Order: sequence, then C-alpha cells, then structure tokens
Amino acid sequence: MSDWRKDVEPLTLKGQIAIPYTWHVGDVGSRFLAALRDEKKILGSRCPECGKVFVPARKNCGACFVDISEWVELKPEGVIEAYTIVHYSHPIQPVKPPFAYALIKLDGADVGFLHLIKKDLDKLKNGLRVKAEFSGERTGKILDIDSFELV
Amino acid sequence: MDKAAIVGVAQTRYERRKKDQIFADMVFDVTRAALDDAGLTINDIDSVVTCSNDFYDGRTISGMAVGDAAGGMDKNISTVSGDGTFGAFYGLMRVLSGYKATIVVAHYKGSEGDVKITTNGMFDPIFHRFLGIEAISAAALQANAYMNLYGLTEEQFAEVSVKNHGNALNNPYAQLAMKITVADVMNSKKIADPLKLFDCCPISDGAAAIIIAGEEIAARSKKKPVWIKGVAHCCESYLLGDRDLAKPVALSEAARKAYAMAGIKNPLREIDVAEILEAFSYMEPLWLEGLGFCKPGEGATLIGKGVTGMGGRLPVNPSGGALSANPILVAGLARLIEATLQVRGEAGARQVDKVNTALAQGFNGPCGQSHCVWIIGGKK
Ligand SMILES: [Zn+2]
Repeated sequence: MSDWRKDVEPLTLKGQIAIPYTWHVGDVGSRFLAALRDEKKILGSRCPECGKVFVPARKNCGACFVDISEWVELKPEGVIEAYTIVHYSHPIQPVKPPFAYALIKLDGADVGFLHLIKKDLDKLKNGLRVKAEFSGERTGKILDIDSFELV
Repeated sequence: MDKAAIVGVAQTRYERRKKDQIFADMVFDVTRAALDDAGLTINDIDSVVTCSNDFYDGRTISGMAVGDAAGGMDKNISTVSGDGTFGAFYGLMRVLSGYKATIVVAHYKGSEGDVKITTNGMFDPIFHRFLGIEAISAAALQANAYMNLYGLTEEQFAEVSVKNHGNALNNPYAQLAMKITVADVMNSKKIADPLKLFDCCPISDGAAAIIIAGEEIAARSKKKPVWIKGVAHCCESYLLGDRDLAKPVALSEAARKAYAMAGIKNPLREIDVAEILEAFSYMEPLWLEGLGFCKPGEGATLIGKGVTGMGGRLPVNPSGGALSANPILVAGLARLIEATLQVRGEAGARQVDKVNTALAQGFNGPCGQSHCVWIIGGKK
C-alpha cells in the first residue's frame, strides 16, 4: 500500500468561483445609500425603546426587538474609537496600503461606523476627530464616502 | 442534564499544506482514529455532525462531500457551518435527545482557498465588504480598542506568542512550534497595527473528530470517559461598530452559563487547565477576562505573572493554541480534544499535573462574535 504513494506526483486543479449577485439593499439601506449619493448625508436611525442611534440606519433594534422608524441626520464628523494601519496588500482592498480602517463614533450616533482613513496615518490616535470626504463620482454605495480625514 | 461524555478523540497533524490528503481523506482518518480511540465501531455511532463552510471549501453544502468519510452512510447527518465547539454542542444535543453516540468531525484546508477573500465574505456585503476588511484587519481593530481602553502594550501581547509557540514544542500535532523571544515578536513583520506576524495564527490544514456518547456507550468505551459538566454558547451583534470590541460580552455570558451548569464558583481556583481559541495573541488575555479568570483589563497581567504558563496555577494552551495551528472550524474542536487529553492524563509532554476539570473555548465570527465554552471533568 505505502510503496506507490512515495512515487505519486501530487496534482492540483486550479478553480475560481465568481458568482454574480444582485443584493437588494432593503428600503432602509436604499434610503441610506441614496442620501450618500444625492445629498452627501450620513443617515442614522433612533430606536424608540433604548434611544440608541444606529449608523448605518437600521430597520430594527435587535436588543429591544422593535421596529425603528425615526431617521436622524448625523454630522459627517466624529471621533476615532479604534483604528488599525494595514501594511499588506490584497486585491479585495479598495486602496493600496498603507491605509487605515477605523471605527468612527459620528457625532449624534451611539455606535461605531466602519470606514477608511487614507492620509496622515502617522498622526492617527484614538480619540482624534475626523470628517468624511465624499467621492466626486457617487453611485449609491458605501464608498461614496471616499474616506475620513483628520479634522 | 443527563450524563454525556467524550469517549473518543482524534486529530491530524496540522500543516501549512496537506498535499497528500483531500478533505474526505482527512475526515476518514480522524473518524477511524476516534473510533479506535474509543474502542467502538462505526455501527455504535447513530448520529453524525460535520463542521465545514461552503466559502472555505469552495463548494455548495460542503458537508455533503465528507458525509461518507465521517461514517454517515445511512445515518442521521447534518452540518454546522461554524467552529467545532459549536458542532460538538450540536452533537451533545443529539445525544441528550436520545441518540446513543454522535461523531463530530471538522475539516479545513486554508492552503486551497484565499483566506482574505473568504473571511472578507463574513462581512456585510452592502456596508462593509467593499471596504476590503477581513479577519486580520478586524482583529487588529479589536486589539487596538482593547489596548486603548486599558493602556496595554504590544509587548504584553507578544508574551502570549512566546508562551504558546514554546508550548507547541511539546505538541506533536502543532504546526508552528518555536522558541522565540518577545523581541522576535516585536521585530516580526508588521501586518496590521498593533499586530505583527508572530501575533497572528498561521494558515493551516487539518481535521479533527470527537465522539460524544450517553452513559450506555460510555460504560463500554475503551478509554476513561471524560464527562461534560457544563456547556453554553452566546452571540452578540453582527456589525463591529455595534459592539464594544474591548469587552467580550458574549463570552462572559457563555462562561457564566457553563460555570453555573458545572457548579463552578471560582473558575481560577476550580479549573486546572484551559484550551482557548486565540487566533491572535491579544485574544488570549481578552478571552481570559471574558472567562472570568480575572477582572476586565487584567488578562495581560495574569499572563505576565506566569499564572498561565505550564508551571502556573492555570496553564492556558499547553498545546500551543491556535497561534501554533489554526485550521478554522477545526481549531475549536482541537481545543476540546486537547482539554479531553488533559483530563485523561494522555497529553504527553504537554500534560498538566493533576487535571480534574478542564475548560475549552471556541468562537465564530469576526473578533469573537459568538463563543462556546465547555467544562469537562473526569468525575461523573
Ligand atoms: Zn433599542
């Protein structure tokens, strides 16, 4: 049994799965993305029970398990809650490294908003203020915000 | 809870690339080895749980491809698309609902896919996936939030890497066993601040299997049964921004429930060894806090004092943990298997003295969105 195994050439097959999807982003998601595209506005929503302001806007509060119907326009500015400077490169990244991911607590929101920081990486610190820079060409997607920059 | 026990375990050696084995080969080997370990045959098994993920394996309903290899032919078989600790939880539920013995298998080949693409796939396709975030950069955000809250240092995290890679030298199944220093970790390649290469788990291939049985089968298994004393899992919010990444609340809740079930009041005094899923160095102190072995913010101090070393009060990851091999999904099952070997007294060079009660923990999702905690012991 074991003899033939020593002489086997281990063959591999290359494959690639590329499946097109067309995700409906939901009515709340549609309004959120349309506001980014058309008005350069970041919209959140406030839970009627706990009062928490979520961003991106949500249709429900998982903790209170209720519907959310109140929209809140947030300032496109906030504070860095957490960040990391990425040093590796990969085709899934929208920008060449080094760049940063940050969780940003936008003014008026109660949760962190995940996005990119591309400039002044050596100056980044937890607690610093940043503001959203919108892309020139906006199509209704999260990257309609190009990135955040130090204020 | 009715009594249930772990009666058989097996794992492959973990490697960067297992080019001589396909998924089914690995699963067949560990299934047969777990049966041999238990002194049972496939006819003693009446229920099968496989752990696999379609994105990782590159096939739809990926569990189907290993059903036969797991001994599932003509049996009740289903798949958990998550960490092996969760698969084992489901296996236990099967036994508690009347099946005599469940085999739980997990397999993973990180070498065959692209882990950055597959873990990017964990994130919301509308709001997060386009940002390119994946498991490593998300973990780095968590490490940053944790350091910032408590004023921790990268050197404190590096100590975990030194300890676990060193422990791995005693584990014949480990992939990355090495004697390194804090300076080696600090000087290793920058990945995503504050994480450097040696703060991160390797990409791994491997499989593992465990047999969970009721009292009837446990009474006639070859090895001393290792009894399940308490187990619980808990989940928190999906979006990273909705969570306080420095506070593992789902882990705290899972631990609280598992301890209550096992009658544990003071985990640091009553638990003799812990195997926890630290895919990144900072996770070990953070999870120790969630598990209630110390107060929030004191996990790194506990490690710094040597409490979690092989000679300490609570050795953590004598196997070398996930830093020394991280076949995703398999890694949590490996923690439970290592804990089982410790209770049996069969952990070889990595054996901790006098283990009556052991803890194993695994998690799913970025930054430990959901956790599963097991308490096992030698006494029924
Ligand atoms: Zn609420």
